[in-house]
Amino acid sequence: MPKAPAGTLYRGREGMWSWVAHRITGVLVFFFLFAHVLDTALVRVSPSSYNEVIEVYKSPIVNLLEVGLVAAVLFHALNGIRIILIDFWESGPKYQKQMLYIELVLFVVLLVPAAYRMLQHTAETLFGNAT
Amino acid sequence: MATTAAPADRGAPELAAPRSPRRRTKPGTAKARSNFELHAWVFMRISGLLLFFLVLGHLVIMNVLDGGVQRVNFGFVAGRWASPFWRTWDLVMLLLAELHGTNGLRTVINDYAERAQTRFWLKMLLYTSAFLVVTLGTLVIFTFDPDL
Ligand code: HEM
Repeated sequence: MPKAPAGTLYRGREGMWSWVAHRITGVLVFFFLFAHVLDTALVRVSPSSYNEVIEVYKSPIVNLLEVGLVAAVLFHALNGIRIILIDFWESGPKYQKQMLYIELVLFVVLLVPAAYRMLQHTAETLFGNAT
Repeated sequence: MATTAAPADRGAPELAAPRSPRRRTKPGTAKARSNFELHAWVFMRISGLLLFFLVLGHLVIMNVLDGGVQRVNFGFVAGRWASPFWRTWDLVMLLLAELHGTNGLRTVINDYAERAQTRFWLKMLLYTSAFLVVTLGTLVIFTFDPDL
């Protein structure tokens, strides 16, 4: 690959990092989907084998990883909408940077309550119910 | 990228005269030009828009609402899949996500695997896994038996 001249508008700025994150989250979610279809397929084997594998999702460490997965999907989904707006909305390219910052605010605002709910049970079993 | 440059030992690549009309097919072949990449591009955007609701809805229902994953077990799945609405939701989500993801990975492979052989085999692996996931997932949704 040729070396980019110093100080391009694209390299190392919002546009590049959002593309990197979109790609990484997309690939990650794709690999998870593979595992997830296999584990769900156990409902065709027997109720107990399905319940056993779902227990894994309920364990504290996997529960935490699951929050990471939800974060990856949420970023990819919001940024995908931004990509679609850049492509089809006439002012999309002009506001791509602003849209990224709106996206990041939405990401935090939506992820925090979801993560709180997802981790509630795990926190209670690990640290005991404070009430 | 290195793939378009002619190897040094074969001399310079043949260049068309400036401004000559763009050739879409290889000289001598009658194969019509395909719009595959355009359709793939459009598909990524349409499926992405639908997946936005299907996948985020799925995550909220399964992980956030009403006790989240802690309440999920065989009985929970049986209750949901008693309704054609949720079976359809899950089937459409499965097909769109797997095709969207497969096409996305095809792009990633094309970007990073520089040798033609490597690209070919990685894509064969990708398409084989996609076929397995689509077949297995569809079969499970259609043949689910709550009384198992
Ligand atoms: C939830 C809603 C989703 C939206 C709105 C969305 C949107 C998009 C869009 C618009 C693109 C095209 C990027 C381009 O052509 O430059 C894309 C790429 C991609 N998506 Fe999604 N997507 C979603 C869900 C998913 C899911 C569930 C997966 C995994 C199964 C996935 C995996 C990928 C991959 C691997 C790419 C290729 C990334 C790249 O070329 O850098 N996406 N997504």
